[in-house]
Amino acid sequence: MSRRYDSRTTIFSPEGRLYQVEYAMEAIGNAGSAIGILATDGVVLVGEKKVTSKLLQTSKSTEKMYKIDDHLACAVAGIMSDANILINTARVQAQRYTFAYQEPMPVEQLVQSLCDTKQGYTQFGGLRPFGVSFLFSGWDSNFGFQLYMSDPSGNYSGWKAAAIGANNQAAQSMLKQDYTEDLGREEAVNLALKVLSKTMDSTSLTSDKLELAEIFLLPSGKVKYQVCSPEGLTKLLLKSGVNQPAAEPSA
Amino acid sequence: MECVFGLVGDGFALIAADSSAVNSILVHKSNEDKIMVLDSHKLLGASGEAGDRAQFTEYIQKNVHLYQFRNGIPLTTAAAANFTRGELATALRKFCFGQSPYFVNILLAGYDKEVGPSLYYIDYIATLHKLDKGAFGYGSYFSLSMMDRHYRNGMSLEQAIDLVDKCIIEIRSRLVVAPPNFVIKIVDQNGAREYAWRESIPSV
Repeated sequence: MSRRYDSRTTIFSPEGRLYQVEYAMEAIGNAGSAIGILATDGVVLVGEKKVTSKLLQTSKSTEKMYKIDDHLACAVAGIMSDANILINTARVQAQRYTFAYQEPMPVEQLVQSLCDTKQGYTQFGGLRPFGVSFLFSGWDSNFGFQLYMSDPSGNYSGWKAAAIGANNQAAQSMLKQDYTEDLGREEAVNLALKVLSKTMDSTSLTSDKLELAEIFLLPSGKVKYQVCSPEGLTKLLLKSGVNQPAAEPSA
Repeated sequence: MECVFGLVGDGFALIAADSSAVNSILVHKSNEDKIMVLDSHKLLGASGEAGDRAQFTEYIQKNVHLYQFRNGIPLTTAAAANFTRGELATALRKFCFGQSPYFVNILLAGYDKEVGPSLYYIDYIATLHKLDKGAFGYGSYFSLSMMDRHYRNGMSLEQAIDLVDKCIIEIRSRLVVAPPNFVIKIVDQNGAREYAWRESIPSV
């Protein structure tokens, strides 16, 4: 009986739910988490890299953070193969906009266009939804720094601080507790690291399990997307004090 | 024959255009408005083939409106100019299936909070220039010379209108096929609007 309404993506259950979409969100709940915080002078994205095997070569570049355009970046939680498709679409959209208007695409418009794609997969039959949540961060001349969260249903919303992926509810409530309006970028990084250190499964935070990216304005007024190096991260972890020297070597 | 010209002043931009609708040697109308109010802070002065002008300017206007409805923010003048240029450029390569490019030359004036007033020149082969003063049509031979001589940076509205009147007088006195009537529109922080008509014969 329970299989009646979840075998197709586009059919409502009698309670008015779309099970496939909910399952997709469930899939994201198991993925490495990511946290985004809007600061007064930028946006901070922190992500947890799941180390699945000791033998796996961790990628030199980022694997959770993606630059979409010069003024826009996103953090991903969910099925990476799905995400790659969406990230590609997003990049194409951003360049198409620049081609048409010779101006960077406003952040919300990009988020919206991507969510339209996601929504399509909840309505047209025979296809499964994208199992991906995004945190978009960016800057545009109309609304300054912005942070958006999107889910597989194609919904998106703007946030001051948001978390996606494993343990996102715990992270979200911690953010709610500790977020203040006048957070600077440095403090935002500290807060994100603190929250992540408490919601992550592993006992100690190390730079190889983390990714940190920031978007801010250079003195010239240009938008800068900057990914923190592993060495920089180690220093930051020590400074923020979230990483008490672990007694046992991390496995 | 056609005269469309415009200039940027201190905190405003203006466009002036003749208002004659002609075919061959016949004047059909002398109060044809060739300057479209594109949105609240943009003016689109156009010259060229009459049908193309109406079709293309309206197409641009509707797309600019659509953008605003979809996104809740207006296009900047620069973005609108680039969009217009892009549409012209796309149409330019469409000679097949009975389609042909638009024969329209455009002056786009606008006012943006961040950059102030600006004027863009877009011709029918999709050239785009940002200018302080520009002109199209037979009238341009005279209005450009007039503006070269008398245009100054940061002109007041009064000085600018005076210059526009100088241009119109020059066109009327030196151009064989001079149009009788002109319309002047301006755009500043308060929006785009009609400023005045310069009519030497009653409108027909």
